Formats: sequence, structure tokens, C-alpha cells
Amino acid sequence: MARHVVMRAAELPAGESRVVTVRGREIAVFNLAGEFFALINRCPHEGAPLGLGLRIGLSESNKPGCYSHSRPGELVRCPWHGWEFDIRTGQSWCEPSRLKARAYAATRETGGALVKGLYVAESVKVAVEEEYVVVEV
Amino acid sequence: MATEAATLSPVHAITGAIDVDLHPAVPDMAALLPHMHPHWAEQMVVRGIDALESVMWKATMPITARPDFRGPPGTQPGQSLERLRAQALDGFGTAIGICNPLWGTAALFNEDMASELCRAMNTWLAREWLDREPRLRGAITVAPHAPDQAAAEIERCAADPRFVSVLLPAMTEMPLGRRSHRPIFAAAEKHGLAVTIHAGGQYRHPPTVTGWGSFHAEDHAAQANIFQAQVLSLVYEGVFVDHPSLRVVLLDAGIGWLPSFLWRANKTWRGLRAEVPWVKRSPSDIVREHIRFSLQPLQGPPDAQGMERLLEHIAADHMLLFSTDYPHWRFEGQAAVPPQIPARLLPALLRENALETYPRLRPSDRPRAALPEGVNRPAP
Repeated sequence: MARHVVMRAAELPAGESRVVTVRGREIAVFNLAGEFFALINRCPHEGAPLGLGLRIGLSESNKPGCYSHSRPGELVRCPWHGWEFDIRTGQSWCEPSRLKARAYAATRETGGALVKGLYVAESVKVAVEEEYVVVEV
Repeated sequence: MATEAATLSPVHAITGAIDVDLHPAVPDMAALLPHMHPHWAEQMVVRGIDALESVMWKATMPITARPDFRGPPGTQPGQSLERLRAQALDGFGTAIGICNPLWGTAALFNEDMASELCRAMNTWLAREWLDREPRLRGAITVAPHAPDQAAAEIERCAADPRFVSVLLPAMTEMPLGRRSHRPIFAAAEKHGLAVTIHAGGQYRHPPTVTGWGSFHAEDHAAQANIFQAQVLSLVYEGVFVDHPSLRVVLLDAGIGWLPSFLWRANKTWRGLRAEVPWVKRSPSDIVREHIRFSLQPLQGPPDAQGMERLLEHIAADHMLLFSTDYPHWRFEGQAAVPPQIPARLLPALLRENALETYPRLRPSDRPRAALPEGVNRPAP
């Protein structure tokens, strides 16, 4: 595992996602209200690009006709078959014990902190005063 | 295949079984008149309504009665208690038989007439059959398009512990899961009555959604699609969320269509479950917990190996309930349990599953048995 600087944090506004390639692997990076998360860009069902999926909230109910809605934008709906995945964990809603999109640790860090440690920045130039998204792959 | 066939027992021994699908027949309207409100009794007479002939189970059709079960000319197959007692009960060594009379009472458009004729038929069943044969139990027939009257009739009949289930037709005006039907399921659950759904019905719509077929053969095969629609409706409308102890039995539905149907239902649920967020488990899990199937007609693979695979797909150890479908023509001789059904299923199939499904068949109010293994296994 190595820490990869994949983009400047400012490039990915809250609520948006972007696909990056790290060590030949496509990874979908999500910004949830300033927190960053990364999932493999491949649905565990049949391989659809999760980064293209619609961002939705969690609909739940304990009684027919009664609806609750929470965690807006924190699930991604696979663009092919509509399966829902938790962006924070990669777990599928329907089969949480069986189906998971691989999740990678993603953090927001300043260039100043980065230059003190080990990191890989293949395509991103790191400046001390900027903030970056770092994904561990 | 020859060696497999050789290992099949020709006829399973089935003594002491619970038969969940017997069809005693109403001979004619005159039989119900003594049990009817005077207004309706007079209406039947002055309007000359002397019978309610069924489209699906017309008496002259071969499928409606096995030749040796048919009875003398001019009688309705299944109308004689003596014949039913000798052929269906003594004939198979049956311990308990559940009566599901199939007459057109629930199909009449007039809600009041339909409800009153159902009431009369339920009373007739108690007086003419249950009073006279202690091995018999009854289903409460109700008109689904009059749900409040149906619930009231369930309340009335539930006072008699020999009524163990509610009988609904498979073909209804609206899918059975729709909320307007909820009083029926609430009353059934309250009184520990299984809800049973029998092939055929109200014929408000063609048996296929693409219009009327030309042939009776189409009607019978299309019933599988009708049952599928009802199962989807019950599951997705959340009937089992509102009524978690409810058991539904599909009578005359067959089981051969189940695996592909459940795979398809699970697949759509995974993608569209946010539309029905109260459905928190896959349709196949819900079906396995709440829905049961009568044995005859089986409509499954003809060989033992194929049957094993089918039974494995549907976790059938707890899903199948013994039935002869008497007097309908479903099998020959004593082969009520088809030979390709493995012998290990027999104890559950012949009795235990029925006791788990119909709480009123149990000797006392012991707690419901734990769910059998397989219910919570991963969906196919």
C-alpha cells in the first residue's frame, strides 16, 4: 500500500465524484460534504463503473406507506442494475454480508503535511499551501 | 434414467396425512337456501338462480373429476360426503382434510349478494360436512372485493375452531396485496387462520394480461402467472410486514415455476428496492417464510434427480403441504405423492408443514416452530 496524491481537493466540490487511475486501477473518489471516500470503480455484481452512478439518499421504512429518507447523497446507485452501495464503506444495501465494492482509505491533507511523509504524486504537483486528496492503494 | 426410475417407490405410504385441499361441492342453490337471509333466499328463487357454474371447474370437464371420483351422472363431482369420506379420507388414510368448496359465490359482482352467498356456503359447510365428519376442517370463503364484509364473515366463522383458513380466489378484481384488502389479512392473522388462494376465480380480467386465449388449456397454464402476480403483490405491498405471523397457502398453483420466478423477483428487488423500502429482505426469503404450496398438482420435473434440484432451489423441506385436490383429476390410483418426491420429505410434507402453517390444526397453542434451516440462506 502506498499513499497516492490523486487531485487537489478544490477540484472535487462537495457532492461530486471523479474517477482517477492509480497503479492501473480505476478508482471513484467521492466528496461527501467535505469528507472524501474512494471505491473501486467497478460494481461487484457485473463490473459497471460505479463512478457514473446516481448519488442518492437512504430510503427506509418500517411500515408500508411510511417513508424515511436520510443520508442524502451518501449512496451510489450502480448505473447498470440499480444496486445501492454505501459510499462510506462500499457495502451493498441488499446483500451487505455478501457484496461489497472495495473501499480505499481517502483523506484530505495539506501539501505541507504530505512533504514530510512518503507519498506518490504521479500526475499532481504538490504545493505546501494547497490541500490534496490522498488515496491509499 | 432407467436406474433412477427403478429406485423410485411406486406409491409412497401416506397414512395419517393432513390433506389441505379437498373440494366438497355444493349440489345446487337449493342446498344453500336454508342458510341464507330470507331476502336473498327469495331473490335466488324468484330470479331463478339455481346454480353458479364455474368456468374453470365446469363439472363435465375431465380435469374437474377423476373418473372414479366423479359420482353418479347428474351429480356434482364432490357433492357426496359418503364418497369423499370413502375415497379421499379412508382411501388415503387421511387424518385431517381441509374443505375448500369452489363455487362461484365469491365471484358475483354484487358485493352484498356475493357476501351473503359466501356466508350461506360457510354455514352449509359447517352443517353438512364438518358436523358430520370429525376428520374434516373448513375454509372460510369470502368475497375479496367486499373486504369489510369478508372480515366480518371471518370474525363470525372464527368462533368455530373447525374453520382453519380463509379461502380467496387467485383471479381477483385487484391484486390481493392492495391496501383495500388489508381487513381480510388482519382478521385472518388475528384468529390464527391461514389465508389460502386457489387457482381460478372471479374472471374480471382475462387469465393472461395480453387478452383472452381461445382454449381452456391456456387458462390452466396461465394460472401460474396469476399466482406470480399475487405473490409479488403480497410481498411488495408489505402484507407480511403488517401481518408478520400470516401464512399464505397457494392451492393448485404447482411449484415448477418457482425457481425462475424467485430469481427474477430477487434481481428486480435488488435494483428497485428503494421503491418499497419496507421490503427489507429478498422476495425469496419472504416467500420461504410466509408462503406454502399444496402438493397436487405438482407440475415439476418428472424424474427424481430433477425433482431434487427443484426442491433444493426452493428449500422445499418446509414449503410443500400434502393435498389430493380431490375430486380433481391430478394423479392415478394411490400415487397422491408423486414417486419422484424423496421419502425424506414425507414427515414434513404429510403433517408437520400443515401444522406449522395452520395454527388451528395444532392440538394446543404451542409457539410456532422455529423457522427451518434454509430460510435465511443466501438468496439464489
